[in-house]
Amino acid sequence: MNTLVLAVALFLLANLVVALIAAARGPTPADRMLMALLIGTTGTGILVLLANAMHLPALVDVALVLALLAAIGGIAFAKRAWQGKEDDHD
Amino acid sequence: MIEWLSMALLLVGAFFFFAGTVGLLRFPDVYSRLHALAKADNLGLGCVLIGLALQAESIAAALKLLLIWPLVMAASAGISFAIARRAHALGIVPWRKAGP
Repeated sequence: MNTLVLAVALFLLANLVVALIAAARGPTPADRMLMALLIGTTGTGILVLLANAMHLPALVDVALVLALLAAIGGIAFAKRAWQGKEDDHD
Repeated sequence: MIEWLSMALLLVGAFFFFAGTVGLLRFPDVYSRLHALAKADNLGLGCVLIGLALQAESIAAALKLLLIWPLVMAASAGISFAIARRAHALGIVPWRKAGP
């Protein structure tokens, strides 16, 4: 059981690395922000899995904070940061 | 029985995370990428959280795990709406298949 939880966490980590590379490469600001939101969600999942596998309940609180920060970041991007005048949009 | 259900839910959640990543890499425009991101947010994290809550020690720990899900779902819905409205206001037209 523990092995499976750690394996799923490792798989999500591989997903996160791919998303990180795509975020560095992505052409428009919206692509980068969506990748950052995916990294926030995937990071939440990894932290919850690790809290179970390593018997560290405090990591659930860290996961909550990460989910909240991703939400605030996304709203701030949509409302303030994305002016969309510097490059093409797909 | 509960062990098997939990394992199955963890694997389903991992699959939806994978599908979200692939969709975010492959879809052509912002609107369809929002759709892919919502899959990873809602179904992927939801299945992982339910799978872990099934093997939690106490009811309180399971409820705390399950409370992350409504937070992420509400945030995902709000962010998707805000980004899609901003993209529409900036004049990004939805992608269409190049017709004959």
